[in-house]
Amino acid sequence: MTLLHLEGVTRTVQLIDAPPLTILSGVDLEVNVGDRVSIVGRSGSGKTTLLNLLGLLDNPTSGTMLFEDRPVQSLSSGARDRLRGREVGFIFQQFNLLQGRTALENVMTPLLYAEGRQFWKRARIATEMLERVGLGDRLGSLPDRLSGGEQQRVAIARALVRGPRLILADEPTGALDLETGETVMDLIDQVATESGAALVTITHDPAIAARATRHLRLDHGVLQSTSTVPA
Amino acid sequence: MKRVVSNLVGAVIEAWQEVRIHKTRVMLSLIGVAVAVCAITTVVGLGGVAQQATIEQSERSGGRAASLYLSASMNDGSTPTGMPEIWRTALERYQIDYASRVVNTSQTVQFADGAVPVQTIGVDPPYGTMHRITLEEGTWFTDGDQTRLAPAVLINSIFWDRLGRPDLRTHPTTTLVGERTTTAVVTGVYPSLSWETEPAMYMLADALTAISPVVTDPNLQQFGPPSYELWVPVDVSEQLVTALQRDVQGALGSDAFVQVNRQDYAAYQNGDPYLSLKLTVGAIAGLVLLLGALGLVNIALVTLKQRIREIGIRRSFGATAGRVFFAVMMESVVATVVAGIVGVIAAVLIVKNPIVENFISQGQVADFPPFPVEAAILGLVCATVVGALAGLIPALVAVRVKVIDAIRY
Repeated sequence: MTLLHLEGVTRTVQLIDAPPLTILSGVDLEVNVGDRVSIVGRSGSGKTTLLNLLGLLDNPTSGTMLFEDRPVQSLSSGARDRLRGREVGFIFQQFNLLQGRTALENVMTPLLYAEGRQFWKRARIATEMLERVGLGDRLGSLPDRLSGGEQQRVAIARALVRGPRLILADEPTGALDLETGETVMDLIDQVATESGAALVTITHDPAIAARATRHLRLDHGVLQSTSTVPA
Repeated sequence: MKRVVSNLVGAVIEAWQEVRIHKTRVMLSLIGVAVAVCAITTVVGLGGVAQQATIEQSERSGGRAASLYLSASMNDGSTPTGMPEIWRTALERYQIDYASRVVNTSQTVQFADGAVPVQTIGVDPPYGTMHRITLEEGTWFTDGDQTRLAPAVLINSIFWDRLGRPDLRTHPTTTLVGERTTTAVVTGVYPSLSWETEPAMYMLADALTAISPVVTDPNLQQFGPPSYELWVPVDVSEQLVTALQRDVQGALGSDAFVQVNRQDYAAYQNGDPYLSLKLTVGAIAGLVLLLGALGLVNIALVTLKQRIREIGIRRSFGATAGRVFFAVMMESVVATVVAGIVGVIAAVLIVKNPIVENFISQGQVADFPPFPVEAAILGLVCATVVGALAGLIPALVAVRVKVIDAIRY
């Protein structure tokens, strides 16, 4: 089932004293449920802009972008926010945990924007999620009391707590040592597989990229498929 | 509907977390708000006590609302002889329980250092309730005192001092000098007013007239004929004035001059006498509240800069712009409501403090009013409004944050 469909997507930004800058040009991409996609590219190649588009944080300048067959450009801002909260989970390089909040409160944060059972049972759901990533004994710990690997595991739990169908990981191991990075990626793969979510990873690290089944390269805003490994 | 409820609860939870995490900052920014709310609430609360003090003071001298005064005299100035019967009939007809004759006279009293004329007021037992008379010692007249062989007297504290402040349990007596000397029993002592310098006393009207009969000849009268007082419901007071005037005039005939009118404080008073004071202090408290709100806006804007990344992260997890706006505004509202509650609690502690109560009432209040609920509500409403207004600007700034930039801030 197609989750994301991009066809001829471009993203340009208006500069004040210069002609418009094209960051992404003619991007065609299809992400299906359960896909493992890695996107590599040099700094400034447009990786983060593409991730923002995929995560509904930004709108394409032109082209077609469908999320579950719905054109995202026609969605209202609020509808896009709600769709993002429900279907997309972000894992950031710098973890982006909320300071001053415990691990449990951080994981509960996305559930504050949910409805029904997810909202009212948020403490229990968040606790179960933290137990799944092996932090059942660190529920009350503040981020500055956790190691880098533990912080990223909290971030993973937070990204997955609403059961998204698309996980977007932006350099998820960039701030971790090699060994911890491997462990974290194993965890992301495992949790994504269990939940059946698609995983799109942006990375510089060839070893991390090699874990995916589809390998894409962004070069000067143009997306190229480099290889596909049979699942 | 489900979404509205969870959004509302979620925003309040977010706001409370924010207030809890940044409690030092929040507390510092809210001191002004708490002080202003406390001031506004205290002013309204103490205003109520001061107003009650004034009312009770007025009621002691002029009677409670509505007090009717009836006077009757013949056209030649003499006292009408049939008045006692006419008075009783009127009270029975209109079922008036609180009524009293008032006879002002001077009674010579024998003290250890000589006989002294003492201002004496002859009354009926309901007079004490009608004029809120409180006693330092003993009890007010009861119907049982009417049948005493030795009349009961209630004396002021100056009188009591001159007697040597005897213990009332020993049934102290005093000698009333007149055509025939009478021994009276002191059954109570009431506090002298601050401007009083001479002894004074109350006696039951019947006992007083028994020892010094009413003088009907106007040339021999020292204090004029007795007057009559009635405490009646305010809403029927005007009809009763007309009815009593008609009945008494009818009973005494055209040779009599009858006057019934209302003379209590409420008959002359329009509105709240403390309104100007309340408005002045309220305006000052309003300015303090405004300054507190400005401090709140200032600190909220400064800290918002530090929170841009957090807002971006929340947006990435599904927080809509409306939700961010509401949550940031709610932070301000939740914080000021907490400050408001603290301010109101402080105001209650101030207003209901016995030292403050005595200072404001100056000993003039017997029935202290409860802490006015409207004052507490006013304080909380002020706090909430200030919180909403102070939260508006930071909330607008928070909504304008670009999510992509905020995440990488």
